[in-house]
Amino acid sequence: MKLVIAYIQPAAFHNVKQALTDVGVGRMSVANAQGVGQQGGYTESYRGSELEIVLRKKVRLEIAVNDDFVERTREAIIKGARTGNFGDGVIFVVELAECYRIRTGESGSPAVG
Amino acid sequence: MQLSRKSFLILPLLYVAVAPAPAAAQTAAEAMFTVNNTWMLVATLLVFMMHLGFAFLEVGLTQSKNTVNILFKNTSIIAIGLLTYAIVGFNLMYPGEFSIGGFFGFAGFGIESDLAGVTNPALASSEYNEGYTYWTDFLFQAMFAATAATIVSGAVAERIKLASFLVFATLYVGLVYPLVGSWTWGGGWLDEMGFHDFAGSTLVHSVGGWAALAGVFLLGPRLGKYVNGRIHPIPGHSLPLAAAGMFLLWFGWFGFNGGSVLSADPGLVSFVLVTTCIAASAGIIGAMLTTWTVHKHPDASMVFNGALAGLVGITAGADAVSVMSAAIIGAVAGVIVVFSVMLFDRIKMDDPVGAISVHLTCGIWGTLAVGIFSPDYSFGTQLIGVLAYGAFAATSAFLIFSVIKVTIGLRVSEEDERRGLDLSEHNMEAYPDYQIMITR
Repeated sequence: MKLVIAYIQPAAFHNVKQALTDVGVGRMSVANAQGVGQQGGYTESYRGSELEIVLRKKVRLEIAVNDDFVERTREAIIKGARTGNFGDGVIFVVELAECYRIRTGESGSPAVG
Repeated sequence: MQLSRKSFLILPLLYVAVAPAPAAAQTAAEAMFTVNNTWMLVATLLVFMMHLGFAFLEVGLTQSKNTVNILFKNTSIIAIGLLTYAIVGFNLMYPGEFSIGGFFGFAGFGIESDLAGVTNPALASSEYNEGYTYWTDFLFQAMFAATAATIVSGAVAERIKLASFLVFATLYVGLVYPLVGSWTWGGGWLDEMGFHDFAGSTLVHSVGGWAALAGVFLLGPRLGKYVNGRIHPIPGHSLPLAAAGMFLLWFGWFGFNGGSVLSADPGLVSFVLVTTCIAASAGIIGAMLTTWTVHKHPDASMVFNGALAGLVGITAGADAVSVMSAAIIGAVAGVIVVFSVMLFDRIKMDDPVGAISVHLTCGIWGTLAVGIFSPDYSFGTQLIGVLAYGAFAATSAFLIFSVIKVTIGLRVSEEDERRGLDLSEHNMEAYPDYQIMITR
């Protein structure tokens, strides 16, 4: 089992969600995040001075998948989020040691879904 | 008795001293003049407060990424309204004499410049303001002018270019609003026909509403609102602010309608305030029953619109209909506004705050209702007025927006709309400390 963690542009979320649904991945956790990568920050203006914004708004997805789903999940996220511009985001795939469904007590692959 | 400039300034102090009569005997007429003038200034203040109401309502019903833009537009509008009214609007709306048969008259650019413009407060300076000073007349009416443009800003929110909106508002409030206003309140052709619009259901609300309609039509809907034949609501980010806005607008309506009596006449002012509040309440109930039935759950934003619908509906005839009629007018407005909001969504006219439904639909209803519920006014004449204002206001708004569209452009780019106008137009955020929801 793997945990796919993706950081994407907020504006890309809608397309990523749609792409994931299309490949049969419907369960995920979504959170607001801030982050910075190659894109760097930007400046805003406030009352006559420049305001350095070092972190940009991001959306973090966490999707627990069985090993055979990792590839399609990754492809779907890329399909939904890639624009070719800096700031498209990043995907981490980490090992998921254990997984439990709270309602039924199932564990392992069935719990991942 | 000729009052010199110095003694004019001392007079208020003399009025305040309750004790024995001053050396210059105060006539009853002068006392009444002061009472009327004071009430009219209070009413002016209340109408001014409506701008805060509009600001809150619009901010509350739109996304937080556009809040700076909304606030900026609302702040600019009051300035544009007051200044253009001083430069051209006031004398266009109240020309005194009409040069083209009740359609157009202009008393010249600019208003009186200093205190000497009103030397004797006991006397009227024109037939327009017999109970109060020239200055009060100007300021009270100027506050009305600005509200007409504010109505538009809500409907075109979240995707109109700032500069385009400001150009539109300047031209529309500066020229169109006072011109059509002169037809009724300025003593023009509709006034002579017997058309009645007590406080502006047509002159202010529908004039703003027609412009909002033209703007929404030419702008197009917000991104993502209508996709694949489905309506995807874009919820406002703060219902508390929207509620505050509604209550502030009702608060301001005490002056909007109360001051349109144009005197402190105790009977008429108190009656008008009763019909106003009854209509607002009936509007809330009408909207409440409608949304509860149609939507299964009572929608709070709809009852906010319902209160305003009732208020707009009674604005044409608050002085001319019975209390019972006011209740009916308000209730019907509350029902109409809910269906109107739903209808505009279904024909893909995206109006984030329901401005067209509240001000245009219910403005027309309120104007026609005067002809239905008041024995003194004819439905036919009210209808003629509605159509005349509609034709001119809609056409001129459409023209102005169209010219702006083909010259500097009307709408922001797709990317700017996604990022939010706060960043793209203003390069600042409204809520830099907050973690806001950014997925849609």
